[in-house]
Amino acid sequence: MSKSPVLEVEDLKTHFFTKAGVARAVDGVSFSLARGEVLGLVGESGSGKTVTGFSLMGLVDPPGRVVGGSIRLAGEELVGKSERDWRSLRGRKIAMIFQDPMMTLNPVLRVDTQMIEAIRAHEHVSEEAARERARAALARVGIPSPDERLVAYPHQFSGGMRQRVAIAIALLNEPEVIVADEPTTALDVTIQAQILYEVQKLCAETGLAMIWITHDLAVVGGLADRVAVMYAGRIVEEGPVGEVLDGPLHPYTRGLIGSVPSHNQRGRRLTQIPGMAPSLLALPPGCSFAARCPRADAACTQMPELVSASDRRGVRCHHPHRPDEPAYEGGSA
Amino acid sequence: MSVFILRRLLQSALVMVAMASIVFFGIHMVGDPVYMFVSPDMDQADIEKVTRALGLDRPIWEQFWAFMTSAIQGDLGQSFVFGESALGLIVQRMPATLELAFAALFLAIVFGIPLGLYAGLYPDSKTSKTIMAGSILGFSLPTFWVGIMMIMVFAVVLGWLPSTGRGETVDVFGIELSFLTLDGLQHLALPALNLALLKISLVIRLTRAGTREAMLQDYIKFARAKGLSRSRIVGVHLLKNILIPVVTVLGLEFGSLVAFSVVTETIFAWPGMGKLLIESIQQLDRPVIVAYLMMIVFLFVVINLLVDIVYSLLDPRVRLADRGN
Repeated sequence: MSKSPVLEVEDLKTHFFTKAGVARAVDGVSFSLARGEVLGLVGESGSGKTVTGFSLMGLVDPPGRVVGGSIRLAGEELVGKSERDWRSLRGRKIAMIFQDPMMTLNPVLRVDTQMIEAIRAHEHVSEEAARERARAALARVGIPSPDERLVAYPHQFSGGMRQRVAIAIALLNEPEVIVADEPTTALDVTIQAQILYEVQKLCAETGLAMIWITHDLAVVGGLADRVAVMYAGRIVEEGPVGEVLDGPLHPYTRGLIGSVPSHNQRGRRLTQIPGMAPSLLALPPGCSFAARCPRADAACTQMPELVSASDRRGVRCHHPHRPDEPAYEGGSA
Repeated sequence: MSVFILRRLLQSALVMVAMASIVFFGIHMVGDPVYMFVSPDMDQADIEKVTRALGLDRPIWEQFWAFMTSAIQGDLGQSFVFGESALGLIVQRMPATLELAFAALFLAIVFGIPLGLYAGLYPDSKTSKTIMAGSILGFSLPTFWVGIMMIMVFAVVLGWLPSTGRGETVDVFGIELSFLTLDGLQHLALPALNLALLKISLVIRLTRAGTREAMLQDYIKFARAKGLSRSRIVGVHLLKNILIPVVTVLGLEFGSLVAFSVVTETIFAWPGMGKLLIESIQQLDRPVIVAYLMMIVFLFVVINLLVDIVYSLLDPRVRLADRGN
C-alpha cells in the first residue's frame, strides 16, 4: 500500500448551533487516508460519524457549521472554500454514497438522466459520450444489461441494484475519495456481501480511497484496512483493522466488540456497555466515556490526548488495555 | 389503461345519474316558476294554460321521467324564459367562463409556483414571510369584497382598467375570445386576478410545503453530493417531485374555478355561465339551473379523469402499477 495520503483531516470541528445550545457533533477529528485504502469509521448512533462524512463533502446544513480544523484533499485545503468551489469538487474529487438506496435516487427521473447530469455538471461532454460513460459505470458495478437499465426508473430496481447505481454514480467522475455512509445497512446480508466484494475490487483496481461509515464491526473487519472508532464526536481509537478488533486498547472499543454476538463465543453472555451516550449539548469535561467506563478514575476528568500506542495505532485513554489482553472478560456467565 | 378508463367512465355515468336526480327533485322544492310568468290580471284558466305549456301540470315523477329520457339524448329541456334549449344557452356562454377560468389558472401557476418555491427555499427570509402573510389574506378575504375593492382601486380611482364586460373579442373557429386583443386583455385582467387570488394562495402554500419537505429528502442531498448546480437541483430534481401534488390539486380546483366564477362574473358583469345562472335562479328558470348544474358535474367528472391520466404521466410509479395489472 502506498503511503502518500490522499486525504488528511486535522482537528476537524463541526458544531451545530441550536436553540438548546451548541452541539459538538464533531470535535477534533483527525485521520489520514492513503490511496487505495479503506478506512472504517465506526461508532454508535450520534457519535458524529455521519456528520464527519458530510463535513468532508461540505454538505453540513445550518444550524451546523464546520468551525475549525483542516481537510486536505490531494494537498488542497477544503475548509473555507466557497460554495461554488465545493460544488465543483463534489462528485468530481470526492463523492458520497448514502445509507438508504430507496431514498437516494430521485423517484421521478430516469437513471440515465441522473447519471448523465452528474457527468455534465463537471465536464463539457456530449450527451452520447456521457451516456457511454454511464453505461460503462453501470457495467463496472455488476449491473446486467446496462443499456436497458439506463432507461429505467429507480422504482424498477431492487434495493441492492439501486445501491449499485448509487455507487456507479459516485464512480462516474473517478473521484479520489468516496465517503460511504452505511451503504449496506439497509440491504440484506447476501446483497451486502456482493456489494462489499465489488467495492473491495474497485479500490484495489483503481487506487480509490474510501471512508466506510458503519456501526457494523463485521463489515469493517471484512472490508477495511484501518479502522477509527468514534465516540461523542472524537476518535477514541484507531489502527489497522485486525489489530484493533483482536486487541482493542480503548475500553469503549472493547465494549463495542463485546456486545456483538460471535460464532466462537457461543453460549457466552454478551457484555453491554452500561449507561448511554452523553448528550452532545452537555459533554462532561474530560473523557466523555468516563461515566460509562469501568476503568475510570480521577485522572479521567482530564481530556486524554490521542497518543500513539505503536507506530500504527493510536488511542485516546488514560488507562488503555494491553493489546494482548483477551478481548472477552469473565468468560463464563 | 383502457380497463381503468372504462371503469372510470362507468363510475362517472352513475355519478351523473345520481346528481341529475338530486338536482331535479331539489329544484322542484323551491318556488313555483309559473308565478314568474303570470301577471296579476290573468284568471285561473290562463294560469293553468301556462302551467300546461311549461309541462308543470304533470306529476313530478312523470316530469322526471321525461327529463331523464330526453337528457340521455342530450336534451336538457327548454328555458322557460328564453324559449331556447337550456343546454344551448349554457354552451353559448361557456367560452367566456372557460376563458376566465383558464386565465385564472394561468395566473395561479405563474404566480403561485415561483412564490411558493421561494418561500420554501428561504423560509426564514422577510420576503417569504411577506408571501405567506399575503397568501393568508388571499385565502381569507371574500372574493366578492376583493372584487369590489379592485374595481374601486383600478377602475374608479386609478382608471387603469375597465371593470365590466369582455371588451373587444376575436372570433376563433366560432368562439369569441377576449385575450387576443389588447382591449379584451384589459377587460380580462381584473376578473381573472380576482378569481385567481384564492388559487394563487393555494398553490403558494402547496408548493412551499412540498419544497420544504422535498429539500430534506436524501435524493436532494445526493444530487448536491453529485455537484449539481442549484438551479438544476431546484428546477429538475425538486420541481418534478413537487409538481405531482400541485397538478393534482390544481386540476381538481379547476372545476371549482368554473363554479366560483359565478361571484366574479356577477361583480364584473362578465357574460359567462355564472352570470346566466344567477339570472336563471332569480327567474326560477328551472331547466337552465338544472342544465348548468349538470354541466358542472360533467366538468368535474371529466377533470377528475384527466387529472388521473396526467398524474400517471408525471409519476412513473403510477404508470408501472397500472401496467403491472
